[in-house]
Amino acid sequence: MEEFFQQLTNGLAVGGIYALIALGYTMVYGVMKLINFAHGDLFTIGAYLGLTLLVSFGLFDKIGPLPAVILLAVMVMILVAIIGAVLERVAYKPLRHSPRLSAVVSALGASIFFQNAIMAIYSPKFLVYPHDILPKAAVNILGLDIPIMRIILFMTSLVLMLALYFFIQKTKIGTAIRAAAIDQGAAKLMGINVDRVIMLVFCIGPALGGAAGLMVGLYYGQINFSMGWMYGLKAFTAAILGGIGNIPGAMVGGLLLGVIEALGAAYISIAWKDAIAFCVLILILIVRPTGLLGERVAEKV
Amino acid sequence: MKSSKILYLVFAAAMATCPFFLNAYWTDVFNNVGLYAILALSLNVILGHCGLFHMGHAAFYAIGAYTAAILNTMYGVPVLWLMPLAGILAGLFAMIVARPIIHLRGDYLLIVTIGIVEIVRIALINNVFDITGGANGIFGISRPSVFGFKISKPDHFFYLIWGFAALTIFLLMRLEHSRFGRALLYIKEDEVAAGGSGINVAHHKLVAFIIGAVWAGMCGTIYAAKMTIIAPESFSFAESVILFTIVILGGSGSIPGVILGSFLLVGLPEVFRGLAEYRMLVFGAAMVLMMIFRNQGLLPPGPKRYDVAARLQAGGAQ
Repeated sequence: MEEFFQQLTNGLAVGGIYALIALGYTMVYGVMKLINFAHGDLFTIGAYLGLTLLVSFGLFDKIGPLPAVILLAVMVMILVAIIGAVLERVAYKPLRHSPRLSAVVSALGASIFFQNAIMAIYSPKFLVYPHDILPKAAVNILGLDIPIMRIILFMTSLVLMLALYFFIQKTKIGTAIRAAAIDQGAAKLMGINVDRVIMLVFCIGPALGGAAGLMVGLYYGQINFSMGWMYGLKAFTAAILGGIGNIPGAMVGGLLLGVIEALGAAYISIAWKDAIAFCVLILILIVRPTGLLGERVAEKV
Repeated sequence: MKSSKILYLVFAAAMATCPFFLNAYWTDVFNNVGLYAILALSLNVILGHCGLFHMGHAAFYAIGAYTAAILNTMYGVPVLWLMPLAGILAGLFAMIVARPIIHLRGDYLLIVTIGIVEIVRIALINNVFDITGGANGIFGISRPSVFGFKISKPDHFFYLIWGFAALTIFLLMRLEHSRFGRALLYIKEDEVAAGGSGINVAHHKLVAFIIGAVWAGMCGTIYAAKMTIIAPESFSFAESVILFTIVILGGSGSIPGVILGSFLLVGLPEVFRGLAEYRMLVFGAAMVLMMIFRNQGLLPPGPKRYDVAARLQAGGAQ
């Protein structure tokens, strides 16, 4: 039972990361009907920028761990949001009225570009986060030793997700985003500047993805230029699992996928860990293409 | 004779003579271009003609290559004899996996096919059924021989590969102009209208998938014979992306376009070997730019021409 709960909490921590990335996919898909293949690489950029800022400013020595992490997260989120907005402007905006395949190919091109840019700027090797900066201690909850980082990770992703949820549901701009997701033409007629909404979505999604990248760097301590691809695919699976275009769906899907994967790796086979997510993806698309919470229907013949 | 036919003949003549002018290294580069061209042409049936976003083509290729490698190393069956079997197995696999997902449209199909190619790769790494050799792959595949002539040098392979490419091009051109090919084109342009005209859409899509897979599987056999060693990393998702890109950038649905695409994407990087680090960077940027400025590809298929008057006359004479 001990192992089960350990895997469960581990799954929730990783699931929180999947959920944060999945939010970027689902928001972009909701508004533009585009799978932003470059999103996983924005996540990687977040991890690398985090490392650069961490090492070059030496924040941890100057202001202590907690403010340093928060400041770092804010900086990374802002920078990745800017990159996301530029990506939208350069690679997607000119294709707004082209066939959908064009935008998908453009997204793939952007993904390849980012991946190789990171490789050229940094290096093809694994880079290591300084590993003595965060608490290694474990807290005892109900007789279970849970690493404190796992709890911090899960809480952080939860806070970010709730903030996004209230932003989308309760603010005027959030309403505009939801309107643009339902019907762009009608939203335009209601005086919503759809271009700005899309720009905003391309800031929020990458910002969350970048934060997730930083979290992965801090949690696992090791980053690689191509890691965004696998995380991206899994996060996309999470978005489909919850129902693409549906924001609470991405959160539920992410956490669920993290747990399924952790338990699958523990009880079925660790070698097949990556395949489990894809089996979930294929099954959900065959059995319930709308996802668990989605109303949107995957187009059928 | 039509000018396009003359162009094809000139191209064929140039290709047939070029091993005499090239050294072993460049002949091998041309061999790779040929392999990718065959694979991209088989993908073109699915992606270009039928308009299905299929990004898992490396999975079928892998099944063909592994079939040949396993049967050759275990039972010593000559590699080229295994071509039909490799094709059939790849086709069967395609039929089994494509049947439940064929109704998915656009991006959903794309994601599922990515999932399939990743599952196949992970299965190969995990040494599924204990016959795939795990992450190291399979080595010691014997060289192929044709009528007792052993094919081992790059220029021998050149003729094998480009000969097969010529056959592929010929057959796919026949396919393109057949009733089946026209039906695929119709499905690509407008699925609902195609269904309304009595085309069984799901069936045609499935058959297009299987044809593409069979051909990729056969090409996998040649690959296994050429390399004599195969490993899961040769069939990664990145290979699928390269094939996908060849078709899209060359001009989806156009056979000359796909061939041009394989020369550009596989051959051109060899010219800039010194800049190897940056070539994928340039690819990525080129993909984005192409989609913005010329999304139909470099050599898109021309409009279909039908001599209506002649057809009417022929119809009246019957």
